[in-house]
Amino acid sequence: MSTATDDTRTEDRPSGTIETSAGHTSIVERVQAVQSAWILGVLVVIIAVFGLMAPSTFLTVGNATNIAQNVSIWAVLAVGVTFVIITSGIDLSIGSVLVVSSVVAAQVMERMGDQGWGTAAVGLVLSVLVGIFWGCFNGFMVAKANVPPLIVTLGTLSIALGIAQILTGGVDVRSAPTVLQDNIGYGRLAGIPVISIIALVIVVLGGILLHKTRFGRYTYAIGSNETSARRVGINVDRKLLQIYGFTGFLAGIAGLLSLAQYGTTTIAGQSLTNLNVIAAVVIGGTSIFGGTGTMFGSMVGLFIPAVLQAGFVIIGVSPYWQTVAVGSILIAAVYVDQHRRANEARGK
Amino acid sequence: MSVLFEARGLSRRFGRVQALDGADFDIDEGEVVALIGDNGAGKSTLVKALTGNLAVDSGELRFQGEPVSFATPQEASRLGIEVVHQDLALAPHLDSAQNMYLGREIMRPGLLGKLGFMDNTTMREATAKAFTELGSAVRSVVVPVGAMSGGQKQSVAIARAVAWANKVLFLDEPTAALGVVQTRNVLDSIKRVRDQGIAVVLISHSMPHVLEVADRVQVLRLGRRVATFEAEGTSVETLVGAMTGALELNQEGAA
Ligand SMILES: Nc1ncnc2c1ncn2[C@@H]1O[C@H](COP(=O)(O)OP(=O)(O)OP(=O)(O)O)[C@@H](O)[C@H]1O
Ligand SMILES: [Mg+2]
Repeated sequence: MSTATDDTRTEDRPSGTIETSAGHTSIVERVQAVQSAWILGVLVVIIAVFGLMAPSTFLTVGNATNIAQNVSIWAVLAVGVTFVIITSGIDLSIGSVLVVSSVVAAQVMERMGDQGWGTAAVGLVLSVLVGIFWGCFNGFMVAKANVPPLIVTLGTLSIALGIAQILTGGVDVRSAPTVLQDNIGYGRLAGIPVISIIALVIVVLGGILLHKTRFGRYTYAIGSNETSARRVGINVDRKLLQIYGFTGFLAGIAGLLSLAQYGTTTIAGQSLTNLNVIAAVVIGGTSIFGGTGTMFGSMVGLFIPAVLQAGFVIIGVSPYWQTVAVGSILIAAVYVDQHRRANEARGK
Repeated sequence: MSVLFEARGLSRRFGRVQALDGADFDIDEGEVVALIGDNGAGKSTLVKALTGNLAVDSGELRFQGEPVSFATPQEASRLGIEVVHQDLALAPHLDSAQNMYLGREIMRPGLLGKLGFMDNTTMREATAKAFTELGSAVRSVVVPVGAMSGGQKQSVAIARAVAWANKVLFLDEPTAALGVVQTRNVLDSIKRVRDQGIAVVLISHSMPHVLEVADRVQVLRLGRRVATFEAEGTSVETLVGAMTGALELNQEGAA
């Protein structure tokens, strides 16, 4: 840990050793931990309150499973959105990309007629390819054409949804192979919804990619200071293309998971998905200005609305209050984030 | 000594501002050259043009006698040319080890490395060692650079450039934010880097510092080199006169 032991010119140098261990976590990590901890605290309080109000119905395995099932698809989307927001970008198109991916997959699978794994595999491949296409299109426009991500993805939100409606005449495709619905949509493994296990695997892999690999480090570097990232030779354009493409890929997977879960496409049902996922990521401490954020925080941010929803239903409060509560928490979370930044800027 | 790196007639216009107007520059192997000039004289622009950070409208570069052109900073890096920019160009959310190795990460050996996993321990230790050698005031390599003092940031940027430069090191006002002790450390570092045979280009507004470390001083005014002096025997007054134009020089290299 200490490296200054072979020091021969000590006169004009401050004494002591240089800290190289992350055991003393860095200030950003510490502050971020505080941000995650703060929001994790909010989640714990919410759970405790509902738990006290309705111990016999809220604190049950059934309810927990239910909540896990409900956040699974959003969790998959949130992985990509976390990367995008860390680069100081945004992706509003995820809901529409999910829809168009699932529409293409459902139409082809319906035409194949078969209900087996072969059909499901074709559906998965199609769904993912459609997702990657839209993601790469977003990335291309952001990185190469220099159109702001807000505008690009607002555009593709509209285009992708429009294409889904054209393909279907606006009528949902109400079929998905039974293997998908039975095994993934409703399937359980050791009592845990299969869809949640799939989401968890994706979240963990996404977290490793973000926090442990060079790809993740470049994601932070781009959001932190794009000019310096370019100066040290990071191919920023290609990274952005990959990050938006990756987000599209995940939206494609989410499209197939959604088919498995609901047995139908959800053309009209995803209009707020983007905002809900972005809100969750931001609540979880990822800064919309880029450079900071954690996968863990995004997951905490996802569970807050889901737990509120379930809790309000159980204690008999109108679930409309959930929307009010989530909006308030979002603003509070960003307030805390800003406050923290202001402190940092003041040299803390 | 032979000329290591030279530029002839570099010009670059930004809208109505002629930032470089046929500027020349040259540096020998193992030499310390100071580049001085008033604010807006074009010093930073010249450094950017020499290090692949800025395209020029006209002019040519020669490195070890061969014509070269740098489309990116990496092409200059490949020849051992590094630069500490006036704005430092660090990523504030990353710590100093992460900044030091940004774009040049040391990967884990074997399969893990191929999968993109980095060897953070080695990078942190090497960074700490570099700071120790520079006498830097940075006390931790795992603190984000954005949370550091101006001088600490500067020493991170300097350590990064020193670590990778093996031919020419450009320092654009490296002591601007530094206290007395840190400034001394930077000046000592410049001498140490020179002793390793690396040429150093120092931009500074401090004439005593310039005269202390530089072998030669090149004066830039309105985007062009107006004078070159041997540091030895040149006075601060002469330098200031050349910078402001008060001292009329009949020919470049006078005095
Ligand atoms: N990217 C740019 N766009 C427009 N003008 C620029 C740009 N870069 C430099 N200039 C102009 O070119 C001129 C030279 O600037 P430069 O930064 O090279 O000066 P300098 O000698 O480094 O000054 P200082 O001592 O203040 O750092 C200035 O008039 C500046 O406004
Ligand atoms: Mg300058």
